[in-house]
Amino acid sequence: MSHDASPRVGLFATCLVDLMRPAVGFASVKLLEDAGCVVEVPMAQTCCGQPAFNSGDTEDSQDIARQVITTFETYDYVIVPSGSCGGMIKCHYPELFEDDQDWAPRAKAMADKTYELISFLIDILNVSPNAAQFDGTVTYHDSCSGLRELEIKDQPRKLLNNVSGLTLVEGKEAETCCGFGGLFCVKYPDISEKMVDAKVDDIVASGADTVVAGDLGCLMNISGRMQRRGIDIKARHTAEILADMADIPAIGEPVDEV
Amino acid sequence: MQSTSPNFKQNAKDALKDDPLQAALGKLTNGFPIRRLEAAARLPEFEDLRDAARDIKTHVLENLDLYLEAYEEKVIESGGHVHWCQTAQDARETILKICKDANAKTVTKSKSMISEEIAVNAFLEENGIEPVETDLGEYIIQLRDEPPSHIIAPAIHLSKEQVADTFREAHDDLDQDRSLEEPRALLEEARAKLRTKFLGADVGLTGANMLIAETGTNVLVTNEGNADLTNNLPRIHIVIASIEKIVPTLEDATTILRVLARSATGQDISVYTTFCTGPRQAKDLDGPEEYHVVLLDNGRTDMIGSEFHEMLRCIRCGACLNHCPVYKSVGGHAYGWVYSGPMGAVLIPNLIGMEEAQHLPHASTLCGKCESVCPMRIPLPKMLRKWREKQFKAEITAKTARWALKGWAWLAKNPKLYRMTMNLGVAVLGQFAPRGRFKSLPLAKGWTSKRDLASPAGDTFLTQYHNGPRGDQSGDLIRRGKIR
Amino acid sequence: MSGKALILGKIKSNLNRSDDLKSRAEIKNRIQAHAKGLIPKRGELPQAQRVALFCKEAQRVDASISELNGFNEIPAAVSDYLRDHQLPAKVKIAPHKELVDLDWDVNTSLMVEQGRGVGDDGVSVSLAFGGVAETGTLVMASGPETPTSLNFLPLDHIVVVRANEIAGNYEDIWARIREHQARTNAESALPRTVNWITGPSRTADIEQTLLLGAHGPQRLHILIVSEAPQ
Repeated sequence: MSHDASPRVGLFATCLVDLMRPAVGFASVKLLEDAGCVVEVPMAQTCCGQPAFNSGDTEDSQDIARQVITTFETYDYVIVPSGSCGGMIKCHYPELFEDDQDWAPRAKAMADKTYELISFLIDILNVSPNAAQFDGTVTYHDSCSGLRELEIKDQPRKLLNNVSGLTLVEGKEAETCCGFGGLFCVKYPDISEKMVDAKVDDIVASGADTVVAGDLGCLMNISGRMQRRGIDIKARHTAEILADMADIPAIGEPVDEV
Repeated sequence: MQSTSPNFKQNAKDALKDDPLQAALGKLTNGFPIRRLEAAARLPEFEDLRDAARDIKTHVLENLDLYLEAYEEKVIESGGHVHWCQTAQDARETILKICKDANAKTVTKSKSMISEEIAVNAFLEENGIEPVETDLGEYIIQLRDEPPSHIIAPAIHLSKEQVADTFREAHDDLDQDRSLEEPRALLEEARAKLRTKFLGADVGLTGANMLIAETGTNVLVTNEGNADLTNNLPRIHIVIASIEKIVPTLEDATTILRVLARSATGQDISVYTTFCTGPRQAKDLDGPEEYHVVLLDNGRTDMIGSEFHEMLRCIRCGACLNHCPVYKSVGGHAYGWVYSGPMGAVLIPNLIGMEEAQHLPHASTLCGKCESVCPMRIPLPKMLRKWREKQFKAEITAKTARWALKGWAWLAKNPKLYRMTMNLGVAVLGQFAPRGRFKSLPLAKGWTSKRDLASPAGDTFLTQYHNGPRGDQSGDLIRRGKIR
Repeated sequence: MSGKALILGKIKSNLNRSDDLKSRAEIKNRIQAHAKGLIPKRGELPQAQRVALFCKEAQRVDASISELNGFNEIPAAVSDYLRDHQLPAKVKIAPHKELVDLDWDVNTSLMVEQGRGVGDDGVSVSLAFGGVAETGTLVMASGPETPTSLNFLPLDHIVVVRANEIAGNYEDIWARIREHQARTNAESALPRTVNWITGPSRTADIEQTLLLGAHGPQRLHILIVSEAPQ
């Protein structure tokens, strides 16, 4: 792949970003374009197939994966503002087609060019986004897939540290699961509650006024619980802050009508 | 042992309300995991040793039959006996026969999860023989008639007050007014009681962390020394071990021992690591006269060559339990059978059936912490997903869940319909969300019973992006509320 | 069919191996070679530093140590230990020539018995096969003069180990044990019981509180003797 020409990036927004927080999609586009990419957002995208995959519905996950691969495989890179969806494509698509002569190479090719957004900016493009401004004390939550499947740990912290006005504080349990786990949180709500409470307590103990992560699933889970407990700490996606778009309402806060 | 695994949800609910249990589990977070990190930091070769340990077991499993034969030869050469038992019943009857032939009245036991699996204690009692657990934690739960709640710290769920109550009830020959405030007092009482048992036992029944093919040796790993008094003092030493415990040589055992204790408790090595080979030798002054090894299958051969083959690498260190956020929330009893935590969730369906254990592979966020700390690098999340796949194929999953998944998948495969549905969805939800979130929402009770649910922030991203401007104009437009 | 045949048969069929003879030969060779695996650098030190590491590691796990210049100092060291811990002047020693022949009369009030361990032994003195510096571990081997029961029954366990028999790693001790078995024409591949002992007995089974002296000795005292074997 030539780096002289601008890389052609297909943005896989993810169903949660698409549905619940488009600002993250716009922030992703901005960050990628500022870094010199040509960005496209194909209309044919829906879901990465993870709910089916994690539920053991292999057939449906394969069908969905084939569709994703077909839609995105012509791009130089496929970028995902989510550790769990990114991990699904990068780590599990090849697994899904292990025994499929035709799709195994296509899945591998797709996996090789798929990256989570923040890891792409640092590990591949080696860029630092334009100076953003964010006055606040932030603690970062490591989402499990991002951390353990995609090795995202230092990259977001590095970028957040460069944001002027932002103080980064580390939670003792930053790497501990927040209890979302996709369908887990609705199948085993009592256990999930215990886990999210532990996470929220850790965020409170860190002294932060904002929790940031690269996964909307985690963020909705954590912010939903904080709001239920009456805790006034905000939740934002890393991309919003880095793209200097963090003056919009935080997750779960009302959006003013135009 | 009878399982309560089908009751996992209720077990978990009860566990979450159990304050002494929650206090004990809270301590766990700050104990073993931190010490494991410290032990790993002190040993630069730790990660390479994990790889080496994995490779040793991978090799053994590929040649398990040959190593078992080599092992048996050496046991016999050293004067011992090997009994091959396919089922739990075979193993129970074999052990009983050895005890009966020796006119045994009392059997001391060191900790053995296999012995729990085959429920040998109850069986011996039914046949007039007294089994005595000697590991302190096992002794306590034996008195309470409870199963272990952790594979290496079986009484971890109990407070010292609960232990004191148990001792008062069981040791009724002692002074009623004695103080049992301090753990030290409890320990000394147990030590004295068990000392009598150690010295009077006819048979000592131990497990084995490993069986060494080169020498016909069983390896015992304890901190208390109870396995040593158990294997050395009685006339007969019986080892019960499942067939995958084999390692080829003393050096292989040593490599695995270097990662075992560090992963389990953060110790460099356990206080007592003991290698027993056969009965006492000609001029020895102590040691058992007879040595028996009961090799147990009980479902392991079915795992060979299956999708769960790699689970047979497990060395029962407990690291996955110690680091699992689900285990740390509900403890071991919730899983309902002998094993617990991530290794239990993978192994139990193999041993008691997928239907009986159906909750266990689902009660996980697949966070992957377990795999990251497993000394044998077992891909636990992958195997949990495998169980979910098998359950889905066998239609064990709840109908409503399957229905919802199928619905979502169908939409996901039809982009145009997906778009239409999502656009409709955000329009509807957006109308009804006070203050940007829902405190309760029909069909979403699983979520909203515990958390607020953020409402969509406007049209979907795809709609806004394709209907509006793109790139660096979007930031400004978001700020001005033109797009969300 | 026997349990053995059924179990082995099932394994073989599930493994579906192509060349049985080849695998058998490989297994045999691997066992016979008993190659060493990855050995941590930690213990790979010259003798003086090895002994220092051994002391540091053993003390980390609550063993106590005295360093002696010769076997003749042992009886006095044992007496000192008993006095320091206010224990009765009575010990059970392993019936090993090198312990039995010592001048125990240095303390005439000291009652010395020899033999295997019994229930009411208070203090025992045994002789280690060697030590392992990487973790401060003592290696004990059972035999006619080294009964295992002495290592576990008493509350206080005193162990004599030669400074030049403290190896850097466990593998060196296995090599010595194999030599020993070969030299003594032993019937079995190993002595009946080989113990690795690292510190006194402990448990954390009650509320994760660490307590010493669960079933084995509550105190472990190591006498490191700098002297060549006779």
